[in-house]
Amino acid sequence: MPLIKDGRIVEDAWVAVADGEPVPADRPAIVTFERWQAERASFDGRNAALGLRVKSGTLAPAIAADLDRFALVAIEFPKFRDGRGFSTARELRERYGYEGEIRAVGHVIPDQYQFLVRTGFTSAEAPEHTKPESWAHALTEITVAFQPSLDDPQPLSLLRRRLGS
Amino acid sequence: MNHIAPGRNAGVYSYDDIDRRFVAERVEQFRAQVERRLSGELTEEEFKPLRLMNGLYLQLHAYMLRVAVPYGVLTSHQLRKLAGIGRKYDKGYGHFTTRQNLQFNWIKLEDTPAILNELAEVDMHALQTSGNCVRNVTTDQFVGAARDEVVDGRVYAEILRQWTTLHPEFTYLPRKFKIAIMGSDADRAAIRVHDVGVFAKRNERGEVGFTFYVGGGLGRSPFVGKLIRDWVPEEDFVAYLEAILRVYNQYGRRDNIYKARIKILVHELGQEKFTQEVEEEFARLRGPKYRLAPEIVDEIRRRFGGPAFETLTDEPESLQAAKAANPDFARWVAVNVVAHKVPGYAAATISLKPAGGIPGDATSEQMELVADLADAHSFGELRVSHAQNLVLAHVRQDALFTLWTALEANGLGTPNAGLIGDIIACPGLDYCALANARSIPLAQAISARFADPARQQTIGELGIKISGCINACGHHHVGAIGILGVDKKGEEFYQITVGGDPTLTTAIGDILGPAVTADETVDAIEAIVEVYLSNRHDGERFLDTLKRVGHGPFKERVYAAH
Repeated sequence: MPLIKDGRIVEDAWVAVADGEPVPADRPAIVTFERWQAERASFDGRNAALGLRVKSGTLAPAIAADLDRFALVAIEFPKFRDGRGFSTARELRERYGYEGEIRAVGHVIPDQYQFLVRTGFTSAEAPEHTKPESWAHALTEITVAFQPSLDDPQPLSLLRRRLGS
Repeated sequence: MNHIAPGRNAGVYSYDDIDRRFVAERVEQFRAQVERRLSGELTEEEFKPLRLMNGLYLQLHAYMLRVAVPYGVLTSHQLRKLAGIGRKYDKGYGHFTTRQNLQFNWIKLEDTPAILNELAEVDMHALQTSGNCVRNVTTDQFVGAARDEVVDGRVYAEILRQWTTLHPEFTYLPRKFKIAIMGSDADRAAIRVHDVGVFAKRNERGEVGFTFYVGGGLGRSPFVGKLIRDWVPEEDFVAYLEAILRVYNQYGRRDNIYKARIKILVHELGQEKFTQEVEEEFARLRGPKYRLAPEIVDEIRRRFGGPAFETLTDEPESLQAAKAANPDFARWVAVNVVAHKVPGYAAATISLKPAGGIPGDATSEQMELVADLADAHSFGELRVSHAQNLVLAHVRQDALFTLWTALEANGLGTPNAGLIGDIIACPGLDYCALANARSIPLAQAISARFADPARQQTIGELGIKISGCINACGHHHVGAIGILGVDKKGEEFYQITVGGDPTLTTAIGDILGPAVTADETVDAIEAIVEVYLSNRHDGERFLDTLKRVGHGPFKERVYAAH
């Protein structure tokens, strides 16, 4: 699936490892939260970057203690209508100060891209059938926001502010 | 700061170029979404929530477009535009809803971008009137005008409108989310049957703060909202709501649509545990980022402008003389007119419930007439009430007779605000794909039975609310008399409840007995009224008598023939 970052398709440096498959030692790899829980000792001494994939029902507090072990957290959207991931990402950033990559995986659509960015996601896996230009366009469609968000460091000085200006 | 033309209107938030740009961008965004759906790039499943968040809902026979009337307040200019859209794209009328919005029931999908453009011309839109997001915020129809008002709720309702608009974290919630706010001690907004109900009030130092009720709601599992905090300081208003929504977004159920509202979460966690979760989240969120600074509140208050009220006195001689000379006018004043915070003014309810009529429906011509009357008598401003009526909130008392004469001449002078003829009804099986039974014909039959204004006034305050199915859009649970449409082997039946109350003393009605046919329902209502009138003590409302004598006598009479 194409990976979207900053509004365009980019090369994915990460490999997503299915449970039961060997984890490559020499390149960045994403493992599931379940595997991490079961085999965490096996990752001691690992040098390549490690990423964690969490289901939408696994919320930020569940992974908070181990966050410094992960250069990436992939948050699953089982259906695009399941919006728990927006809160999870925001909590990872605001509550736990996580600074690594946060990736939306599963089912997300371009119409959510701006929300993803504003809640702290840095990348998204696009479904095969969506067009790259829809993702690029999604970041420019709406230029006004009424709430503080992760891409906007200033406090709530006014409810309305222009984005990206 | 952008230049803002000072508002001539009494209480309508004035848009500036940022507000306008936002709405224009949103129209374009939706136009592109429609195109992407038509090209197949978006699946129907993906498109559905996007169109819902633009107010477009697929009903039984056609698309329905639900236009947002933020907290029910609009200008005459906007109402004229709605009248025009009704004439051009619908069948010459519109339908005012229990959420203070306006629905067009006969819309073509391909017309919607053009309609949204027309709405944008008058600073209106259909955003977040449907879908699993925070919906249009509702409030007291007398907001900013009521004599008993403590805090002007419009300012905070507008803050909520802005804060909820395309909220990045809370646009894909487990289910829809409805907030209501009141700024006086009375409850005219059914605060405790909303997902979040807020009372704005003042402490002894005059500072504004908020009482929060959470987890109220009707539908198949009715719950009365629980008090979770008595005082949230003004500066924490947004932070506290963020905390509630975040707890709900994370923990609300997503496995079953019927258990996804926040009321179920509050019920399953328990009031104490839910409150604790919110308080913990709030403690973390509280801080400069989410602080609602007084300057923001002042700026938004300024945008409402305000009319120049004249110095007048209550009950001017001309009003007294008109009432004395014209008993019909006197009745309308007694029933449909309430006191205004400024002496010499009054707020008048324009009933959209004529005997035998369709509750909440208004023709394009009626809307235009009301717009003209709003210009002449209420600073060009008017309101939609959650009881599906219109309100002119700032009428000089010495102009009431002129206003009434014009209304009366056009079939809009029905004196039944809050009385038995002021029936709230959902669209029912005439329009809605979810309904089990029709609501509208029953409302028409009941209001025709009680057509006599004198009889209605004698009966006094008595709210009838009709829902065509258990989703309870007609709020039957909180009707003094509630009527629920049910399907019995393909036939329409109606279950009657009594004792519901949407005000501060919130109560869910009790089922009186087995469901009956539509014809029997009208007779049953009459029987209930007769039992009430023969049992009531001086000054008792229907609910008071019911409480005192119990269900027994009512049940006995209604089911006597069975």
